[in-house]
Amino acid sequence: MIRFILIQNRAGKTRLAKWYMQFDDDEKQKLIEEVHALVTIRDAKHTNFVEFRDYKIIYRRYAGLFFCLCVDVNDNNLKYLEAIHNFVEVLNEYFHNVCELDLVFNFYKVYTVVDETFLAGEIRETSQNKIIRQLQTLSQLE
Amino acid sequence: MPTVAKDGMRGLAVFISDIRNCKSKEAETKRINKELATRLSMDITKRNTFVNCYSSFYSGTMLTIGHIEAVNLLSSNKYTEKQIGYLFISVLLNDGNDLVNLIIQNIKNDLSSRNPIHVNLALHCIANVGTREMAEAFFNEIPKLLISKEDIDQVKQSAALCMLRLYRAAPDLLPNGDWQNRVVHLLNDSHLGVVTAASSLIHALAEGNPEAYSSAVGFAVNRLSRIVTSTYQDLQDYTYYFVPAPWLSCKLLRLLQLFPPPSEQARLIECLEVILNKAQEPPKSKKIQHSNAKNSVLLEAINLIIHLDNDAVCPLLVRATNQLGQFLNHRETNLRYLALESLAQLAQCDFSREAVKKHLDTVIQALKTERDVSVRQRAVDLLYAMCDRSNAERIVQEMLAYLEAADYSIREEMVLKTAILSEKYATDYNWYVDVILQLIRVAGDYVSEEVWHRVIQVVTNREDIQGYAAKTCFDALQQPACHENMVKVGGYILGEFGNLIAGDQRSAPLIQFQLLQTRFHLCSSTTRSLILSAYIKMINLFPEIKTEIEDVLRSDVLQKNSDIELQQRALEYFKLSAISASNTEMLATVLEEMPPFPERESSILAKLKKKKPAAAKVIESPTNEDKAKSLPVAKMSNDPPIPQAAPQQSSQDLLVDIFATPNTAPAPAAPSADPSYGMTNTAPAAAAPSEPPPLIDSHCQKFFLKNSGVLYEDENLQIGIKMEFRERLGRIQLFYGNKSSSVDISSFKADVGSIEGLNISTHQEAPNTITVGSQFQHIVNAETTKDFALFPILSISGIYGGQHLSLRIALPVYMTKFSATATMDANQFFQRWRGLEKPDQQSQAVFKTTSINREAASGILSSCGLTVLEGVDPNKENHVAAGILHSVTTIGVLLRLEPNAPSSMYRLTIRSSVPAASENICRLLQSHLQ
Repeated sequence: MIRFILIQNRAGKTRLAKWYMQFDDDEKQKLIEEVHALVTIRDAKHTNFVEFRDYKIIYRRYAGLFFCLCVDVNDNNLKYLEAIHNFVEVLNEYFHNVCELDLVFNFYKVYTVVDETFLAGEIRETSQNKIIRQLQTLSQLE
Repeated sequence: MPTVAKDGMRGLAVFISDIRNCKSKEAETKRINKELATRLSMDITKRNTFVNCYSSFYSGTMLTIGHIEAVNLLSSNKYTEKQIGYLFISVLLNDGNDLVNLIIQNIKNDLSSRNPIHVNLALHCIANVGTREMAEAFFNEIPKLLISKEDIDQVKQSAALCMLRLYRAAPDLLPNGDWQNRVVHLLNDSHLGVVTAASSLIHALAEGNPEAYSSAVGFAVNRLSRIVTSTYQDLQDYTYYFVPAPWLSCKLLRLLQLFPPPSEQARLIECLEVILNKAQEPPKSKKIQHSNAKNSVLLEAINLIIHLDNDAVCPLLVRATNQLGQFLNHRETNLRYLALESLAQLAQCDFSREAVKKHLDTVIQALKTERDVSVRQRAVDLLYAMCDRSNAERIVQEMLAYLEAADYSIREEMVLKTAILSEKYATDYNWYVDVILQLIRVAGDYVSEEVWHRVIQVVTNREDIQGYAAKTCFDALQQPACHENMVKVGGYILGEFGNLIAGDQRSAPLIQFQLLQTRFHLCSSTTRSLILSAYIKMINLFPEIKTEIEDVLRSDVLQKNSDIELQQRALEYFKLSAISASNTEMLATVLEEMPPFPERESSILAKLKKKKPAAAKVIESPTNEDKAKSLPVAKMSNDPPIPQAAPQQSSQDLLVDIFATPNTAPAPAAPSADPSYGMTNTAPAAAAPSEPPPLIDSHCQKFFLKNSGVLYEDENLQIGIKMEFRERLGRIQLFYGNKSSSVDISSFKADVGSIEGLNISTHQEAPNTITVGSQFQHIVNAETTKDFALFPILSISGIYGGQHLSLRIALPVYMTKFSATATMDANQFFQRWRGLEKPDQQSQAVFKTTSINREAASGILSSCGLTVLEGVDPNKENHVAAGILHSVTTIGVLLRLEPNAPSSMYRLTIRSSVPAASENICRLLQSHLQ
């Protein structure tokens, strides 16, 4: 199960934080900082998985952004690694070449994309076409 | 330019940019306040106001104004406003926020809406907040959305995961009903998104109760079979880089791991074969996504094969091992990492173990060349898992070699693993001793106490290696650089077995002593204490160097040392040595060689378990081959002489702990801390079980009304008790009787600890030995300081015929024991009764009784220390009693007991100035009056 999703830039600014467990605000801040410290020092030759407290972080870097999923230790690493990529492709399609600023200015839309893709810490929908279609339906209502 | 600016929200873009550009927190707050002021005064659309508020939070400032606004947005019928309202709730709502109550009705309305988009918004919100309050409010509403025929797929998907989140938040609130049977049918749904979501829900439900959902197995195998046999064109939307539905496949494979192998597993095995085959096919795309997706399914399939682990999947296990072996040289670091991880699992299956061992060279290579420490860590794990008698020597050697260069973060774990492997698979224990000493040399700082304690246990228990160990330690101590842990092991071993090498001129007694003496001043005080113990042992082993040793013990440096432990040892050992001049036999008895340690689980293993529960399991479940092999060795170590305390050998673990720290009463004989070490043979007591024995308290009831009787009795030991009480003080006499006809109970210890509200002090200690057929007394005093509800505990330990005796017995010291008589007339009674009217001062119970008997009830009341007052209550059937409980202050207790003969019920009311006391007495009395 996904415990939380973090999107951070290289400087450690959080671009999205989605929590599937109850944490208080101080704890969230601590997690954000620890995850940032953990993933930024790793180079491209390293694995995309890193042990973290009692969990593990599965992460992937796209340009200056780190997409991190915190999952249970016995979860399937590659499944979640590709879930990140699938999610990024959806964002890319939806925002037409997504960039960091899109996430900043359209944070409320990003949350909708997350909820269509992941829910309750599980993968909800994997078909990019289905997600995009749903997002477009919703956009038309705006 | 960002897209937002285009859709008329330029103000927002400007605002966010401004906030981002703010240099300080103050500047940011100022900017936000300014924005709020403008927005509110201009009354632009609600949405804009809200989005701005939220943006403010986003940058770290919480604004309460947004909350109410958000609730209003929820009730809007416009999607945009509703969506923002829900977003706010989902992101900002914390546990226990009052806002929940405000929004429940809104969410309910949306859940029953005919617009699926609104229903989904509500479901997502419930799932995102996911608190217990949410479960209480909505758990019952959601199943119908999940299984209804009319609802569209989107809603079913969200409903399934929403159920899952609420189930995790409050499993006890899971609604019962028909839906539980129908939910597994969702695995058959034509929409793969629904199947994906439902499989997660079913996984969670089945995890708690596999039997109830076993029908899912058939559906899952069906679905899996259809996916893996399809081509990538078949599933269209659900094909990801030419791999059909990889995520769903993984989820189904994972779901199947919850259940025992299906009775008809041919179809499942077919699926697994197809997955293995497909993984071997040439890739349809060069993209990493293709290979990742394919391998995620492969690895999950291997997990399932490992889970099945039966004859039918034997070929698959071997095949899986070989396929993973190819990954060990893959250029993707991820794959090498995952292959090592999976192989470590396969190494534990009997069928694939041999196949895994073929990759030994590659794994060792990985340990040497991998750049990523986490990959090297996995290589260590795999080496540990694949180790057995045939390759132990090589693996241990490689681990030792790697240890010199290993990252500090994994050194301790590596030391533990190396120590465990070298012990478990040692055919030649000299080798084992060498390995441990080398561990200390290479990574002394990372060698924990458990490891060097263990080597001492092993040496003590195996006569055949004692001489070798003494020689090796002696040599190691002669090296110019020598770790302190080496000094500890060396000191102990020379003290015990130095005589075995004393024949050699190069290691004559005096040289051994001087060698330790050269190390003495460089060590910490715990090590020095240990060396002192070695010295006194040497006095016994080598009377010829007694004068030299006595000179050291007598020296001012030690006799006046500021470290109390050292000073005490020096003084006592010196005295002991002096006494022995006239009585050599005593010295020999006291300083006799330590007896073998009783067999039990290795403390090193226990330590590794604590660090890495999964890793330790590997070694705990030896393959059949290992079990068979270890038997003869077990016999060997059981060779004579077998002292009285030698316990049964277990074939699982040949060797034992010396200094495991038990948390029960007997003092551990750890050499580092306990001055008695080496003086007496207390080792067996030290190895008492580390789990405290269960508390024995069933006898307490009968002592509620009386003060003496038999507290405990088994075939060997009888304990009697006699208690006397006066006001706040009590004296408890305990009598220990040895009932057996032949065996004394030795190393006997009995101790009663204080509890909150009751101080216990020992008046007369229990004896150390309970000789046959006699009885000994042990007296403790008790004093109350406040009201208390628990019993003080008598901890007993000892050795009886080689068996450990360890007991925890509750002493029936009730608070009512400390009560004194209180006589009063009706007026006084009711005056006081009314004085104690606060609800928490009164405790009441209404209960059924077997018979209502006035005399018996009075008897019970008076024997628990209360004064029964006759003629006080207007109703003659009622009992009235009073008492004074003594602690630092006195606590008055008043009682009324009203019988109802026709229904044979009692109503018991207790009032007292201390609420806990009334509650307590009420509970105690009820159990006796029932």
